Amino acid sequence: MTTYYSKDHEWISVDGDTATIGITGYAQEQLGDVVFVELPEVGKVLTKGDEAAVVESVKAASEVYAAVGGDVVEANDALVDEPAKVNDDPEGAAWFIKVKLADAGELEGLMDAAAYKSYVDTL
Amino acid sequence: MAEPDVPGDLKRTPLYDLHIELGARMVPFAGYEMPVQYPSGIMNEHLHTRAEAGLFDVSHMGQAILHGPDHETTARALEALVPSNMLELSRGKQRYTVLLNGEGGIVDDLMVTRPLSEERDGQLLLVVNASRKDVDYPLIEAGLPENVRLEILEDKALIAVQGPSAVEVVAAHAPVAADLAFMSGDFMEFDGIACHIARAGYTGEDGVEMSVPAGAAEPIARALLADERVKPIGLGARDSLRLEAGLCLYGHDLDETTSPVEGAITFAMQKRRREEGGFPGAERIQAELRDGPGRLRVGLKLEGRAPAREGAEIRLPNGPTVGTVTSGGFAPSLGAPIAMGYVAAEHAAVGTKLNLVVRGKDLPAEVVDMPFVPNRYYRKPKTT
Repeated sequence: MTTYYSKDHEWISVDGDTATIGITGYAQEQLGDVVFVELPEVGKVLTKGDEAAVVESVKAASEVYAAVGGDVVEANDALVDEPAKVNDDPEGAAWFIKVKLADAGELEGLMDAAAYKSYVDTL
Repeated sequence: MAEPDVPGDLKRTPLYDLHIELGARMVPFAGYEMPVQYPSGIMNEHLHTRAEAGLFDVSHMGQAILHGPDHETTARALEALVPSNMLELSRGKQRYTVLLNGEGGIVDDLMVTRPLSEERDGQLLLVVNASRKDVDYPLIEAGLPENVRLEILEDKALIAVQGPSAVEVVAAHAPVAADLAFMSGDFMEFDGIACHIARAGYTGEDGVEMSVPAGAAEPIARALLADERVKPIGLGARDSLRLEAGLCLYGHDLDETTSPVEGAITFAMQKRRREEGGFPGAERIQAELRDGPGRLRVGLKLEGRAPAREGAEIRLPNGPTVGTVTSGGFAPSLGAPIAMGYVAAEHAAVGTKLNLVVRGKDLPAEVVDMPFVPNRYYRKPKTT
C-alpha cells in the first residue's frame, strides 16, 4: 500500500486498484472545526478534477476535488453524522471515499509523504 | 470600500503582539490584521464565551466624540443624521443607531453613549464600524453645525469582554463596572488606568466594552486573561455569536440600500422620531413604517445539516426566488445551521417554509424569530 498526496491537501492511499481518499491533517487544521461533510453516492464516476465532496467548517465551505479519477465504491457515511471526526483523525478513520482507479497513471503527478511535508513547509 | 489585501497595507491594533503570542491566525479585515481564531478553534471559542467569558480585540472599530456646547445642541446635530432619539437619551445611557443617506439607506450602524458626568455635558461618544470610518467621519462632519465638532480618537483601543462571567472578571479590576445597567457606561479606573466602560456588546451575552488608552491595552488584556474564566476570542466566533444573537453585520446584513424598516431594526427609532421625521430619507422610512416595507430581514433555520452562506438564493417551495441570504453558517450553540436574509415582505412571517439554494440544491428552511439563541443581557434587580 502506497500513500500519495496532492497539492490540494488530499491523501490517496492505494491498495491494488482501489484508492482511499481523504484530506490531510494540514487541511483540517486550516479548515477548523468541520460541521458538515457531503460525500458522493456509491457508483458515481469521478473524473480527475471533479468535485468529489464538500467540507464545511463554522466559517466557510470548501470543495474536495478528485485527485484521481474512478468509480466511487464506498463513501464514509459516518462523517456525515459526525463531521468532527475529520478534525480528530483526518488521515485515518475519517477517510472520505474509496474509488476504483480509472487510470493508475494519474498517480504519477502526486507527491510522497516527504515531498508533501516539504511542500506544506513552504506554505 | 475596497479592503486592502496586501499585508504591507494593513494596520495593526495595540494588541497585535499579544495575538501573535497567543497563537492567533491573523487575517486581513477592514484594513487591519486581525485574529480570526486562536489555537482552540472557533467552536470552542464560541461555546466558551457563552459558558464563561471571552475577550475580543475590537480596537479596529472607530471611536470618536461629538463635542457641542450642551447636550441639546449635540443631540440635535446627531439627530439630523440618524433616526433615533438622542435628545432624550439619559446621562450614562447608550443607544444603537444608524447613519442614513438621503434615500433612507443605512450608511453604518453605530453605538452612541451620553457621558454620565455633568462636566461632559454636550458630548456624545460614538463607536462606528472599522470598514466605514472613512465614509462615516466625513459624512458626520459635513452634517454638523458650526458649534459642534467631531473628535476622532486615534489613541484608544477597544476591548470587549463578553459572557456570563465577564462583568465579575472586569469588576475585580474596575469595581464600578458591577453597578452598570445594560446599555449604560461611565468613565472609571481599571487598575488605576482611566477607561470608559459600557455594559454592552455584540454577542447576546452580558458583558462590557472598554475604551482604554492604546498604551494600556496590553496590560489590561493580560490582567483579564490572567483570570482562567477568560479566553481570547477571534473574529470567527465573534461572527457566529452575533449571528446567533440575530445581530446585523454591516456590509452583509445592512448596506446603503437597506432601510432600518427593511433591516428590522426599528427598535432603534423611538416614537418621537418616527412621527416627526427630520432625518435623511424620512419620506421613504415613514412610508415603510406606514405601509410596510417591500422586503424584510428574517431569521432562517435550516432543516438539514448543510449551512447556507451569504449570497444563497431564497426560493419559495414551488420555485420563484423571493430573496437572498446575507449571513449564514453553523450555530455552535444550537448544533445546527442558521441564516438571516432578506425576503419579499409577504413571505416574511414566522413559520413560512422557504428553500435556500446551496450548490444547486434546495435546502428546506423555515422563517423563525430572532435571536436564535435567547439573549442574556443584564437586567438590574428591581429595588423594593
